[in-house]
Amino acid sequence: MSEAYAAPDPKELRDHQIGGPELTARLAKTWGTEKGLLGALSTVDHKIIGRRYIITAFLFLFLAGLAAVAMRLQLARPESRLIGPDLYNQLFTMHGTTMMFLFAVPVMEAFAVYLVPLMVGTRNIAFPRLNAFSYYVYVFGGLMIWVAFMLNIGADVGWFAYVPLSGPEFSPGKRADIWAQMITFTEVSALAVAVEIVVTVLKQRAPGMTLDRIPLFVWSVFITSFLIIFAMPAVMIASTFLILDRLIGTHIFNPAEGGDALLWQHLFWFFGHPEVYIIFLPATGMVSAIITTFSRRRTFGYLALVLSLIATGFLSFGLWVHHMFTTGLPQLGASFFTASSMLIAIPNGIQIFCWIATLWDGRPIFRTPLLFVLGFFFIFVAGGLSGLILASVPLDTQVHDTYFVVAHFHYVLIGGAVFPLLGAVYYWYPKIVGRLLDERIGKWHFWLAFVGFNVGFFPMHITGLMGMPRRIYTYLPEMGWGNLNLLSSVGTLVFFFSFVVFLWNVVSSAKSGAVAGDNPWDAGTLEWATSSPPPPQNFDRIPVVTNREPLWAEREKLPVATGLSVENRELIVSTVTEARADIRETSPEPSIWPLLAAIATGVTFIASIFTPWAVVWGSAIVGVALIAWFWPKGAKEDEA
Amino acid sequence: MRLRIVSIASLVPLAGCKGWQSALDTHGPGATSLEKLFWIFLFILTVVWILTMLGLLVALRARRDAATDPLAVDATRERTMTRTVATLVGLTAVTVLALTGFSYAYQKRLFDRTENVLTIKVTGHQWWWQVDYEDEQPNRTFTTANEIHIPVGEPVRLKLEASDVIHSFWVPSLMGKMDNIPGRQNVIELQADREGVYRGQCAEFCGWQHAHMAMLIVAKPKAEFENWKNQQIASASPPSDDAQKRGEQVFFTSPCVMCHSVRGTSAGGRVGPDLTHVGSRLTLAAGTLQNTRGNLAAWIVDPQRIKPGTNMPLMQINPQDLDLLVSYLEGLK
Amino acid sequence: MRHDPVLDVSKLPTYGFGHRSPMWWGTLGFCTLEGMGFAIAIGAYLYLSFLNPQWPLSVPPPDLIWASLLTILLIISIIPNYLTQKFGEEENLAKVRVYLVVMSVLGFVAIGIRFLEFGRLHVKWDQNAYGSLLWALLGLHTTHIITDVVDTLVLTALMFTRHGHGKRFSDVGDNAFYWNFVVLSWLPMYALLYWGPRL
Ligand code: HEA
Ligand code: HEA
Ligand code: HEC
Ligand code: CUA
Ligand SMILES: [Cu+2]
Repeated sequence: MSEAYAAPDPKELRDHQIGGPELTARLAKTWGTEKGLLGALSTVDHKIIGRRYIITAFLFLFLAGLAAVAMRLQLARPESRLIGPDLYNQLFTMHGTTMMFLFAVPVMEAFAVYLVPLMVGTRNIAFPRLNAFSYYVYVFGGLMIWVAFMLNIGADVGWFAYVPLSGPEFSPGKRADIWAQMITFTEVSALAVAVEIVVTVLKQRAPGMTLDRIPLFVWSVFITSFLIIFAMPAVMIASTFLILDRLIGTHIFNPAEGGDALLWQHLFWFFGHPEVYIIFLPATGMVSAIITTFSRRRTFGYLALVLSLIATGFLSFGLWVHHMFTTGLPQLGASFFTASSMLIAIPNGIQIFCWIATLWDGRPIFRTPLLFVLGFFFIFVAGGLSGLILASVPLDTQVHDTYFVVAHFHYVLIGGAVFPLLGAVYYWYPKIVGRLLDERIGKWHFWLAFVGFNVGFFPMHITGLMGMPRRIYTYLPEMGWGNLNLLSSVGTLVFFFSFVVFLWNVVSSAKSGAVAGDNPWDAGTLEWATSSPPPPQNFDRIPVVTNREPLWAEREKLPVATGLSVENRELIVSTVTEARADIRETSPEPSIWPLLAAIATGVTFIASIFTPWAVVWGSAIVGVALIAWFWPKGAKEDEA
Repeated sequence: MRLRIVSIASLVPLAGCKGWQSALDTHGPGATSLEKLFWIFLFILTVVWILTMLGLLVALRARRDAATDPLAVDATRERTMTRTVATLVGLTAVTVLALTGFSYAYQKRLFDRTENVLTIKVTGHQWWWQVDYEDEQPNRTFTTANEIHIPVGEPVRLKLEASDVIHSFWVPSLMGKMDNIPGRQNVIELQADREGVYRGQCAEFCGWQHAHMAMLIVAKPKAEFENWKNQQIASASPPSDDAQKRGEQVFFTSPCVMCHSVRGTSAGGRVGPDLTHVGSRLTLAAGTLQNTRGNLAAWIVDPQRIKPGTNMPLMQINPQDLDLLVSYLEGLK
Repeated sequence: MRHDPVLDVSKLPTYGFGHRSPMWWGTLGFCTLEGMGFAIAIGAYLYLSFLNPQWPLSVPPPDLIWASLLTILLIISIIPNYLTQKFGEEENLAKVRVYLVVMSVLGFVAIGIRFLEFGRLHVKWDQNAYGSLLWALLGLHTTHIITDVVDTLVLTALMFTRHGHGKRFSDVGDNAFYWNFVVLSWLPMYALLYWGPRL
């Protein structure tokens, strides 16, 4: 085939001049990652980084989950002497912090890093070196806090680290510093990824992918990225203030010198409430993708779903005070936050109703991904509704800081985010790995998880109402909470076991699962238009999009754009709304500097815990690394 | 801990069985109206949940018609669906509006204030509660710890403060919680409708012994309450027998006085609970131990074993002195 | 799946200016999040100023001289900054070089003034919450000046080497954009920190 096209100058070779396997192979060489350790560490391929991101986030889930299992063993009986207060406080802090900052947010971003470029039909994420950098920073942050925990200097002030408990006076030592710096690490990484996603979605969509053809999953992570951009700076500022108070003696949170303890809570929850939607919105994108594919029907209410995402995003910035109803704020102000919290049921309801309508009009196929989504409905709706109880100022005075809240947020976090996520793993695993997960084990996994979860977490509503506060390492037998706690512990052990089954499925199917092929589910979005796993260039030629579900609309042949270089890393930059092809831009080559810059950043952050001067000399090193990173290398890159 | 297992159990009957720390077994107007509000919410939300699940079940009903093109959409069905979803969204709006309304109505009632009531300042410390009874006459104010006596059937105002970190005052069977925040003062009112002992527990994570920071509310008829109050206002009763006298000696030659006050004596420490009438309290160390001779001795000998991390240090006291010391403290009724 | 070529992109340019360029959007993204950081920090300052009966706490308002000098300098710098961007878009290498050098010098002067002010501030960061926040806000802004000056220096160096062509002109525009952000974010802080207490 290739003989027909004589390529005079390899540098000029364009993708309309060759085709078939030769095109695939040559592009793979251009976009590929070098073999060997240096190559692996220099890679800028969003799929390789995305895969690492996903695996790392799941490792953190397992660590945090094991911490939870330890807590459940301790709480199973009253007056249990298994774990003392010091360790227990570290355990729930590590559990909550890891789950929120090192698992739930990163895992959603990880899926976005892997999937968004594929779903919008481009060859790499925008700013791929920044992407590599953000992954390494994230790993270093996670390693730091867990190594500290192993050394018995684990953080122990809870995942929202209220001052003054976390301040210099009541948390001497390094524990709270490590917690605060871990926040800085993960926020830097999350913010960087958010900017990458925003730019990828705005500027790198395949020609023809107008705003109303963007897949719902992409919409969800796009809007989530805005939430990150507007919410995370608050916690960065908060953790920086905390570090300053602790290390150089500022008084920002010290009431004795004009500071204020509640300022911390405002700063934290201004971030903290959007945070839970940062976790939840991408999960709704996963639900939309799975429901559409397995209903065999285009999503009902696409526009309504997109608008709900946006509305949820906006509203989420007006709710933070509902975490502070018992701090004695003015009553009228507080009830405003009741109203806004209740209001958010409306966009959430729209989503639920549109999905149910899609299922109703479609022809549901009950494969494992859909099962997890059905589990999501059952659990999440219950959790969302218990959220409305919390949203009521008077009722919250009873249930705040009790196991009722613990039940609520595990219902929404696990039901609303982890169940869709597990569905997403079953759904996209074949794309990422090239083989399907085992369906039979998958069903076992689902039922164990579903039953274990509900048995484990439902009783917590009742223990909470019966007066059990959260974050207590033990309780007296006369309190009457023993049996319910035992039930919770048994249920969560079953839930834990479901993860072991899952792990087994993931590991064994990687070798022996059924080969997937390009599009095992007959889905409609672009990531299924390429091979499984996708080649380094993602697509041999960039698709031209004619429909919201391009692969359902174009079953015979795929319309494509041609004319990109085969020898250079070129991709199409398109216009923001209409996605007209506008520029052929080069995408950066692999580089080791993001890793070195991340190491420099990590050393700076960690050293700053011990001496504030580290910020000064550390910035100099980071600066050098960044300059090397951005300095153009050869002619090749510079030509573009 | 054998000690503790037997300890508090004996108090349970006092509070009328299971509900001595429960938001679902309430004995004061605040908590009772909250319980009512809770059942209203729960009922409405359960109905919503069941309806949603039924809708889902209907959507998943078995279908026999063959699969068609996923992009082909039937316009009339689409219109029905749009109408249904719009209706449901409307219903959702109405429901949440109603819930907001209920919530607001109850909220106003809950935080109503009465004038001229008994006012008590409750200060959270790591990990115990300091209780100061206020009075117009300065000589009728007094300080105690971890146990708040109130007259039955009367609203009582609590001023909540904290000396170190944030704590939260919560007695679920009487009233919702409110935080004690350093640098601020919060106020709540509560009332007990029935005589009894109600247990509460610190609800805001405050460090190592957050789990053992309980308090008791003892509600009794007005007359009994006044008696109790007069007895608390009085300075410590002087030692009555020899053992107590020698115990007093031990107390005043030990580090105890650096941290504890005994009114009417030279012991004026402010770090730990006021011990003037410690013998009359039901529990020790913030609801952790029942106040018995054995428990008292166990606590003084090794508070760190009973409540690891507590701010009362381990002190070397020989068994003889300990016995005397305990006699003295027991005598502080 | 078979391919059906429907669009030829080989004639498209390889870089674009302003909002056509992804880097511009990236810069905008970072400006937004950093702007949000400023807004939050300013919010914290305002919050404490309302909470405390007296503000600034136990000290008079800060001296105007250094900050006003800096403000004037920053506002003036907008002009050469604009010209840098304009000549960048015209791909006029000689002029771009000149103006990048001017901007680098202005940046250094700005940093110099800020450090003079730090040396003379009438309140220390560990004196009270007012001092803490004043230092924190000024520090936050200073890091942004430094970041952009370093960026400008690197770009200047690039423009004097063989890399000074093509896409680099687009980078010049993005760098100028960021400087505008540094200037703009300063103005509300200047008003709040220096004139607010004098009202
Ligand atoms: C994925 C995460 C997630 C999600 C989606 C939510 C969703 C909601 N949450 Fe939750 N929440 C958390 C995670 C989450 N939460 C966490 C982690 C905490 C604790 C943090 C900590 O203290 O450690 C918390 C705590 C928390 C509190 C503070 C409690 C306290 O500390 O005292 C409150 C109070 O208002 C609240 C409310 C809500 C509300 C109103 C929603 C709403 O968005 C729910 C909306 C959804 C529905 C209502 C269901 C679907 C709708 C329908 C089926 C339509 C029909 C409905 C009606 C007619 C009503 N949450
Ligand atoms: C996404 C978020 C998330 C998730 C998934 C979970 C999952 C779980 N949580 Fe979570 N939890 C939080 C977020 C989350 N939690 C937060 C934010 C808090 C508040 C913290 C605070 O107060 O500061 C909290 C607090 C919290 C408490 C309250 C502690 C207290 O207040 O004292 C409890 C108690 O039961 C608990 C239990 C559990 C359990 C049993 C699970 C289970 O789902 C865990 C299931 C188990 C696993 C996932 C592990 C599987 C492991 C493997 C398969 C590895 C096997 C490999 C080897 C053995 C090598 N959690
Ligand atoms: C360094 C300070 C300190 C010293 C010294 C000290 N205590 Fe304490 N004590 C405390 C604190 C703090 C508590 C509250 C502990 C808690 O509940 O967590 C306490 C609690 C108690 C209680 C329980 C009070 C109650 O109402 O529950 C008793 C009794 C007591 N101490 C007796 C003694 C005796 C006797 C000594 C001397 C032998 C002593 N203390 C020495 C600080 C001290
Ligand atoms: Cu005091 Cu918890
Ligand atoms: Cu919230």
